[in-house]
Amino acid sequence: MMLPTARVIDFWRKASDSDIYWSFTRSKLVMVSALITAIFIIGAFGAPYLAPHNPFDLASLELSDAFKPPAWEDGGEAKYLLGTDDQGRDLLSTIMYGSRISLVVGFMAVIFAMTVGITLGLVAGYLGGAVDSFIMRVADVQLSFPAILIALLVDGVSRGILGQARHSDFAEAVLVVAIGLSYWVQYARTVRGSVLVEKSKEYVQAARVIGLPGPLIAIRHVLPNVLGPVLVIATINLALAIITEATLSFLGVGLPPTEPSLGTLIRIGNDFLFSGEWWITIFPGIVLAVLVLAVNLLGDWLRDALNPKLR
Amino acid sequence: MIAFIIRRLVQAALVMLAVAFIAFAMFNYVGDPVAIIAGQDLPAEQRIELRKSLGLDDPTPVRFARFVGNAVQGKFGLSYRTAEPVGKMILERLPATLELSIVAMIVALCVGIPMGVFSGLYPRHWLSRSMMTVSLIGISLPTFLIGILLILIFAVLLGWLPSFGRGDVVKLGMWSTGFLTVSGWKAVILPSITLGLFQMTLIMRLVRSEMLEVLRTDYIKFARARGLTNRAVHFGHALKNTLVPVITITGLQLGSIIAFAIITETVFSWPGVGLLFLQSVQAVDIPVMAAYLVAIGMLFVMINLIVDILYFVVDPRLRSSGAKAGAK
Repeated sequence: MMLPTARVIDFWRKASDSDIYWSFTRSKLVMVSALITAIFIIGAFGAPYLAPHNPFDLASLELSDAFKPPAWEDGGEAKYLLGTDDQGRDLLSTIMYGSRISLVVGFMAVIFAMTVGITLGLVAGYLGGAVDSFIMRVADVQLSFPAILIALLVDGVSRGILGQARHSDFAEAVLVVAIGLSYWVQYARTVRGSVLVEKSKEYVQAARVIGLPGPLIAIRHVLPNVLGPVLVIATINLALAIITEATLSFLGVGLPPTEPSLGTLIRIGNDFLFSGEWWITIFPGIVLAVLVLAVNLLGDWLRDALNPKLR
Repeated sequence: MIAFIIRRLVQAALVMLAVAFIAFAMFNYVGDPVAIIAGQDLPAEQRIELRKSLGLDDPTPVRFARFVGNAVQGKFGLSYRTAEPVGKMILERLPATLELSIVAMIVALCVGIPMGVFSGLYPRHWLSRSMMTVSLIGISLPTFLIGILLILIFAVLLGWLPSFGRGDVVKLGMWSTGFLTVSGWKAVILPSITLGLFQMTLIMRLVRSEMLEVLRTDYIKFARARGLTNRAVHFGHALKNTLVPVITITGLQLGSIIAFAIITETVFSWPGVGLLFLQSVQAVDIPVMAAYLVAIGMLFVMINLIVDILYFVVDPRLRSSGAKAGAK
């Protein structure tokens, strides 16, 4: 029995000895992306403590402060570093709160897509036969349609079922489902492929010989062995999910202005682009682009680092 | 060959049926058509009467067959939002979307292929490296953000190009075209760059990796040994052999360009089908959504089919292996 601290030290020793850590320290670009991602995550989730203002506290908002340019421009105030939007909300704070919403929706959507995809892929690969061909045909058909279209359709249908008023209460959940449903296919295909390989291996046959029930073998023995590639897809998908959420919110079918994500902020600012208030759009836009780029680079690196062929 | 085409046709028909069924289900189970047409305060008897006259009480297979029959003739009922026939609304806006998509695809090909060739020939050149970096940024930037940036630079700051609409259009029978007026050409520049940028980076990366692969093969070495000029080797031998995957991807991407036009059309207020679809999603205009789904599905299936057949025609190797698979 090790002491907790000893265990932590042991973990770090092992981690710093691993291949992944080695390839991590090899590339400056990856380290910078990891740093940027970390800063964004801390800034986003620590928003209630770190943000200079609370943009959702209606009492502290003053309309006379609306449309203030960034602090370094003429008429800017040091109080509002990146300026304010049309309702006098501090842009830096709204961006921090907004990235939290974007990240949460992105993460949840990826988890949802993963759950659906892994389950269906596992079932298809393990059972085979008619179930397999049915699931894979559905996947094929869906794959020929772009994700954004599927997400828009799911959103439209859920509006019809829930009604417009109730839809905005569930906006976040609807987005998670809409984005998740448009990205499950990749997971299902990958998992099915690896399950087909694993299924014929000896340890699965051994498990069958001792008489374990099928579902138990699939979940306890096969599943852990097919998760590697899934994690790589998940990282790359996170960037896609964040973009899709931003796009849907920008198009006005995502999150409402009362609960703005980065996409909603860009949408709000877009209306003021022509009157010269460029900062309302551009700053959330830069944050979104840098965040997605950093996550993409991390995903690319992880894919190469976990690929034994490239070692 | 014929067996292959027939098999693909059957598959395409099945996919279309599946898409039609989803559209049919949306039509019938999302919201109550009676309530939408007649409002909430119609007496119950009239409500039942209306249900019967709309044929909503028939069994599901009958209704589905009727739906497919109407869809084939382009009849999708009336829009809930504007009370116009849906088929007409879509046909009116189709030229705008198709013109935008085609210009975007041409931009993507005309810029993407030369860039890909260059960075494939000189992978270590600083220009190739910067092109790769830019293409990574191009993939990471969401489409709508690119559109906004272009509007900010070329419409707001420089004032060179319009930021919304199609400019003046000329009616040629059913087709309204923006290609015959100066303002039409000016209006299409920014949206087509926005729409084509992602495809451009995709084509560039594809051509680059294919070029790198082809340049290593023996027949390129042989062509060089014969003393052919670099130009003949690079363009006559190498580029020609990279074009098969480019054709496939271009074909398949044409479909997603039309879908991504939803975003571009919204940013630039381009009066096309994509904008119509988005407005329908916001207003829960189910007939338009269903019709768009069927139309886009049809388009995708057709493009896939044509690309498959083209592939067959372009690459002789596939023909022989396809014949063997067909014989089995």
